[in-house]
Amino acid sequence: MSGLMVIGEISDGKISSSTCELLNAGQMLDDTLKEGVVAALLGSDPGKATQDAIAHGADKVYLVEDPLLKDYQIDAYLAALEKVCKDTSPSIILIARTLIGRDIGPRLAFRLGVAVAQDCIEVKIDPNTKGLVGNRPVYGGNAMAAVTFTQLKPHIAIVRPKSYAALETDGSRKGEVVTIQVKLDPALVKVKLIKSVKEPSEGVRLEDAQVVVSGGRGLGGPEPFKDLEVLAKLLKGAVGASRAVCDAGWVDYSHQVGLTGKTIAPDLYITVAISGASQHMAGCSGAKVVVAINKDSSANIFKEARYGVVGDWNKVLPAFTEAVRELTQS
Amino acid sequence: MPINIIVCVKQVVDPETPASAFKVDREAKRVVPASGVPPVVNGFDENAVELALRLRDAHGGKVTALSLGTDFVMDVMKKPLSMGADDLVLLRDSSFSNIDSFGTAVALAAAIRKIGNYDLILCGRQASDWDNAQVPLGLAELLGLPSITTAKSIQVRDKTLIVERALPDGYDVFETPFPAVVTVSNEAGQPRYPTLRGIMMASRKTPITWGLSDLGLDASAIASKLSLLDLFIPVTQKQCEFIEGENDADAGRKLALKLREAKLI
Ligand SMILES: Cc1cc2nc3c(=O)[nH]c(=O)nc-3n(C[C@H](O)[C@H](O)[C@H](O)COP(=O)(O)OP(=O)(O)OC[C@H]3O[C@@H](n4cnc5c(N)ncnc54)[C@H](O)[C@@H]3O)c2cc1C
Repeated sequence: MSGLMVIGEISDGKISSSTCELLNAGQMLDDTLKEGVVAALLGSDPGKATQDAIAHGADKVYLVEDPLLKDYQIDAYLAALEKVCKDTSPSIILIARTLIGRDIGPRLAFRLGVAVAQDCIEVKIDPNTKGLVGNRPVYGGNAMAAVTFTQLKPHIAIVRPKSYAALETDGSRKGEVVTIQVKLDPALVKVKLIKSVKEPSEGVRLEDAQVVVSGGRGLGGPEPFKDLEVLAKLLKGAVGASRAVCDAGWVDYSHQVGLTGKTIAPDLYITVAISGASQHMAGCSGAKVVVAINKDSSANIFKEARYGVVGDWNKVLPAFTEAVRELTQS
Repeated sequence: MPINIIVCVKQVVDPETPASAFKVDREAKRVVPASGVPPVVNGFDENAVELALRLRDAHGGKVTALSLGTDFVMDVMKKPLSMGADDLVLLRDSSFSNIDSFGTAVALAAAIRKIGNYDLILCGRQASDWDNAQVPLGLAELLGLPSITTAKSIQVRDKTLIVERALPDGYDVFETPFPAVVTVSNEAGQPRYPTLRGIMMASRKTPITWGLSDLGLDASAIASKLSLLDLFIPVTQKQCEFIEGENDADAGRKLALKLREAKLI
């Protein structure tokens, strides 16, 4: 078994941003491994994305084309990936921890009879064993673990998106494209998508916002979120929330920041009445500056914050918002 | 049509343990539970129990809670029973002390086969200790069943399950034949509180307990494929600058000035 394989995802004829990140991670690992980086691409017409994968760091592309692979469907994708892995025997596989990666990654590992290092934020190669080592947060981010594998290969890591940068597109890179023939039986498809309901957010997208203002359980109800919206608008930002707030039904789950919510990386993250539980902080570790307003000086959020006010938000927030209005509109 | 459901539940260190009380024994590579903080049933597993009970209440059938561990706290593990589950099966064996996700799925799958006669396997979307989200998908693979992750609702229509999968901005609706494995997310809604009657009934029930050999497995079947090199608490060097004022409102104003000064607004 040899070679490092990145399982790619395609959107709009291009490889996804998390695939670009993994190709870069793969190239970094290959400095030690020296076995080359391949991208596995699946789709009904994935051909267009192959050059894109090569331009972003793939030395070779394995391509599987089938009408059943048009959109992600777990049973068909699993069968195709199983065939690719069995035909090409990679020693290391990298999968992004996206909606698709989380859904299929562990199943693929079990199908191949091997283990997974889940949710890695860093992957390395042990120069002696050539085995994979993954560093990952555990216990909601309260602790970090370094994990490695037994001899049994492939070694599979599922990597948290945005853990690696993408390489600049390099159109001059060359790479081979190999088509892998897979016979997919339509009867294989068990899980069928019957409806997709999108609840698009208004205004600035939380994941892309440069400024995010989030509220927590200490706000006591849904009304104060109107005040947060006013503040967010002044700062051209978006409104986030802790899970406690979403579970209480004060705002929609699309606002949840954290381990099981959205990952944000704004320049400025203002938290109001949020305690700063590790599972919340897991979603905003990329924020450049965290500001906390909380009445409890011992709250964990102050350990993560750059600026803090210990006080009652009922008093702090209106004055803060007013001052922001004056400063930003003068 | 009655529906028989097996719900996998895990006993975990209370994830709401404040970060300041969270301790790791780096030598033993283990988390040391904060003293006086009892373990809990993994929150998402309670969401799964809740969905199971709703389905049983609507269609009839049986809900069996299944758990694997080494040091069960019985009051904690009986929670699914006190919420209304019919049976509790505990897999307990000293060989489980260093088990990984792969071994856990192998043992649970063997237990599920032994329990038999199931239409649906429910699990929490992930366990709040290792956040792996692997065991349910492993069960699907080992039992050869379809899988759907992060459900917020499940309905039974004819011979199929209709599952809404929670997504960051909306949801997908899937259809799958039974039996199937479905993982449940907190979007499913608050798990019910055990009633006094439920607690009384649970206290009278004795869990079924199986060891590794009862499952027809030997130690090699559940041998770890992963090993832990290190476990530690990350250190943050962040220094918070506290903004003070004559009163809370004044501090709020000064915070804005500070952010302006730092060119953040
Ligand atoms: C597996 C798992 C996954 C999770 N995923 C997420 C996730 O993705 N995102 C997430 O956010 N959480 C997540 N959680 C939950 C997390 O552990 C916390 O429970 C949650 O983040 C707490 O939300 P909070 O800070 O709003 O509430 P609390 O912890 O209750 O904090 C409220 C804060 O408000 C302050 N306060 C109260 N009144 C006032 C006032 N008048 N003025 C000023 N301050 C005040 C209090 O001092 C307190 O610090 C997860 C948990 C688990 C187990």
